[in-house]
Amino acid sequence: MSGGAKLKVRVAEVVNVNDMIKRFRFVSLDGSPMPAFSGGAHTVVEMDDDGVRRLNPYSLMSDPEDRSAYEISVRRDDAGRGGSLFMHRHVTPGLQMEISYPVNLFPLDTRARKHLMIAGGIGITPFLAQIAQLTHFGGRFELHYAARSQALGAYMDRLTAAHPAQVHCYFDDQGQVIDLARVLSMQPIGTHLYVCGPKGMIAWVLSTATSLGWPEKALHHEEFLAPGTGMPFQVDLAATGKTITVGTNQSLLEAMEAAGVDAPYLCRGGACGQCETNVIACDGAILHRDHWLTADEHAAGRKIMPCVSRFEGKSLTIDR
Amino acid sequence: MSKTAFPPAIKSRPVYGVLEPRPGAVHLVVADGEGAGAVTDMLAKAADRAGMLAAMHIIYTPGPNGTDQTAMLAALGAKQCYRAPTIPTLLPRLTRVLSDAHMGTQFYLAGTEGLIGQAERDIMATGFPHHDIQKEHRGSTVRRVQCVHCKGITENVATDPFVCSHCGLSLFVRDHYSRRIAAFQGVNIDAEDPGQVPPPVVRFT
Repeated sequence: MSGGAKLKVRVAEVVNVNDMIKRFRFVSLDGSPMPAFSGGAHTVVEMDDDGVRRLNPYSLMSDPEDRSAYEISVRRDDAGRGGSLFMHRHVTPGLQMEISYPVNLFPLDTRARKHLMIAGGIGITPFLAQIAQLTHFGGRFELHYAARSQALGAYMDRLTAAHPAQVHCYFDDQGQVIDLARVLSMQPIGTHLYVCGPKGMIAWVLSTATSLGWPEKALHHEEFLAPGTGMPFQVDLAATGKTITVGTNQSLLEAMEAAGVDAPYLCRGGACGQCETNVIACDGAILHRDHWLTADEHAAGRKIMPCVSRFEGKSLTIDR
Repeated sequence: MSKTAFPPAIKSRPVYGVLEPRPGAVHLVVADGEGAGAVTDMLAKAADRAGMLAAMHIIYTPGPNGTDQTAMLAALGAKQCYRAPTIPTLLPRLTRVLSDAHMGTQFYLAGTEGLIGQAERDIMATGFPHHDIQKEHRGSTVRRVQCVHCKGITENVATDPFVCSHCGLSLFVRDHYSRRIAAFQGVNIDAEDPGQVPPPVVRFT
């Protein structure tokens, strides 16, 4: 089955972290330990939203050595497609859910002498697990964490209390900005950089580091894309002989699944590459939205990532 | 690609590029022998040659064939230019420089495989990704080979097979390379028929 094996879990606890963020704690149905994971891993949470199947990736934020449960934090996106709203409104303690086994697309490179982490908003979650992991074996780290305001700075209290010398907080509403060039210039050789947050922040951090001579393989980032909306379009599926219509609020992957096509996937956010599909014929424009394919591959138009990318034009035939 | 033409080999065999100027707060050059020419060629491509030299530290040693271009490098006017008599005396200085280097340092390695490999190994040990260390081969192709039997390393191997300088076995020189050890692998050539050793051929010059 696509997406890998599933874990059947029960929601043990739901906590209001702040006005925008709720934390969910999942335990196994039979009380057995949860599978081990490493800091930076995510799980794909499956939701049955009144007949609509939603699958959203969320970073695991709990201590990787704590096998008693997984914890995720979900920021409510009122303008999104509805996954985070479903989590906030309908997921309550006791509910049984299915989640994927953990997948790590944002692991620590443990060869690094030091780990420099830069987080924006809800992008803090993978770092919570990574910091717990590093703390167990004495790994060196430094965290720069920017939030809109003190009230929306989730987990800042616990981070600064546990690691006062390593954690630096910034608040947009107070006009505070990370002095990135200075921070980057002070890191010992062998430091690796990790950034997770809004798209603009990731681009700013990566481009600044590159311009200061930071090596490509020491720069790590994670950004899950929501599939995004767009005009409905029709797709011919060559392998299964089906023709499907992708709705405005649906991804191509979701439309295939709704038509009973078992297409491969893992992250559902344009990052992992699992759903990569060959384009057999295309009369129109593929709207590439992933960051898996290279710029050349986007231009060539012979591959598409159905989890986030769309199509506009006369006809599209893909190999599914 | 490297200007040195190496015969086709297995994937394990290192390949080398051409040094290119890259942005950086410090430009650390480690070179031996003819590698000096790769450094001057790279500088000729720099948009801000003076600025690059003002932030450049060159650590150099003559090549295994005796080529010594210290004078040429010293004349460039880099911020620091140090000549070590040999590779084993060059490496402690590199280690010392790495101990308080910061990210934003750009590494340029040029010359023979023994020098490039050992400098790469020491830079890599800090956690710096080997993929981002620039390496250009110039000059002699003699090899640094580890005997897989006694683990002893023989420098400047020119013939294949050769006699291990530690245990005395006759070793076939493989293209199988260890980045961690910075050496090619040498395997006993007459293990099954002791004494049946083919005559050595000069493969590395």
